[in-house]
Amino acid sequence: MTRNTKMMNRFELTTRLVSKLKNEEAVIGGIGNSNFDLWNAGRRPQNFYMLGSMGLTAPIALGVALAQPQRRVFALEGDGSILMQLGSLATIAAVNPRNLTIIVWDNGLYQITGSQPTATAAAADVVEIARGAGISQSSWANDEEDFERLIERALHGDGPWFIAARIDGKAPAAQTPREPVSIKDAFMRGMGTKPA
Amino acid sequence: MPTHAWHEAVIQAFKDNNVRLVVYVPDNVLRPLIEAVHADDFFTTFVATREEEAVGIICGAAMAGLRGMVLMQTSGFATLANVLASLCVAAQIPALMMVSERGTLGDFQVGQAIVCRTMRPILQTLGIEHHTMTRLDEAHFIVDRAIKQAYKTQAPVALILSPLLTAQRVSL
Repeated sequence: MTRNTKMMNRFELTTRLVSKLKNEEAVIGGIGNSNFDLWNAGRRPQNFYMLGSMGLTAPIALGVALAQPQRRVFALEGDGSILMQLGSLATIAAVNPRNLTIIVWDNGLYQITGSQPTATAAAADVVEIARGAGISQSSWANDEEDFERLIERALHGDGPWFIAARIDGKAPAAQTPREPVSIKDAFMRGMGTKPA
Repeated sequence: MPTHAWHEAVIQAFKDNNVRLVVYVPDNVLRPLIEAVHADDFFTTFVATREEEAVGIICGAAMAGLRGMVLMQTSGFATLANVLASLCVAAQIPALMMVSERGTLGDFQVGQAIVCRTMRPILQTLGIEHHTMTRLDEAHFIVDRAIKQAYKTQAPVALILSPLLTAQRVSL
């Protein structure tokens, strides 16, 4: 499927996102490469790295957004993962949290399992799906500058927002340590819900 | 004040433990509880499209300081093994679950009866604390203590609503 969007890189876009976070915004990194590149973009106490439960990045982020309505919350998800839990987009539209942004990295691949094609490599368009689910503020990022513009909007305007970026198949430089309890404890300290 | 319906006892226990978020996939047995939480401003409540999604939502909320409960029926619970293993148990998150038990004590649906047999073995295999609620006079105690233990031990818990509790007429 041809689109008028530039093919970008997940690590570079994640780094651009993180550099704009000045107010302890929460970031939920989805299973696999989405959270590995979040890890590689620098440690933040407000990051949660998902080591399992494929598809649940957006629901976890919704829960965080409901618990702390004054904090902006970002979910970083892959195309294969979001396709597994499309109903969550309809729930987010219905609940309508103003502080939540869903970002989908779309390379049309189940990259970590051997780069088998996802349905977005054929015909599915995740932005159209999100819009159809009721998230009216859904956009493709055309290039890096457009991505940053969309992030600025999400940081200052009322959501929910859905942003998709077409990315390449480059693997992350390193992987997040598989320590779920440490990850949860660190995130809770970052959220102010566990003593330092 | 004595409670006359199981859902009143459950709601009181939610309030006593500051469980303010209720996410559910609908079920006819749960209907009085669902209607009551919708009618009460204490609660934030909404429907999820899948039980797995609902567990993700309350796990995020729990980590960020808002206590949440998922309401579902037996067939929905049967879809949860992966999220329970890889999120709730692995990361030690006190996910609170309430399951109306279908497929037992007279249920006429074959599918419900078969899937019901998977529920306790899944809970036992994952080492998840679970209690079957059968009596109105025990209902508040079980829900109250189970929530307290889940939070103190940082572990998920499942509360199973037996037809012995939910299908019996209460004499006032």
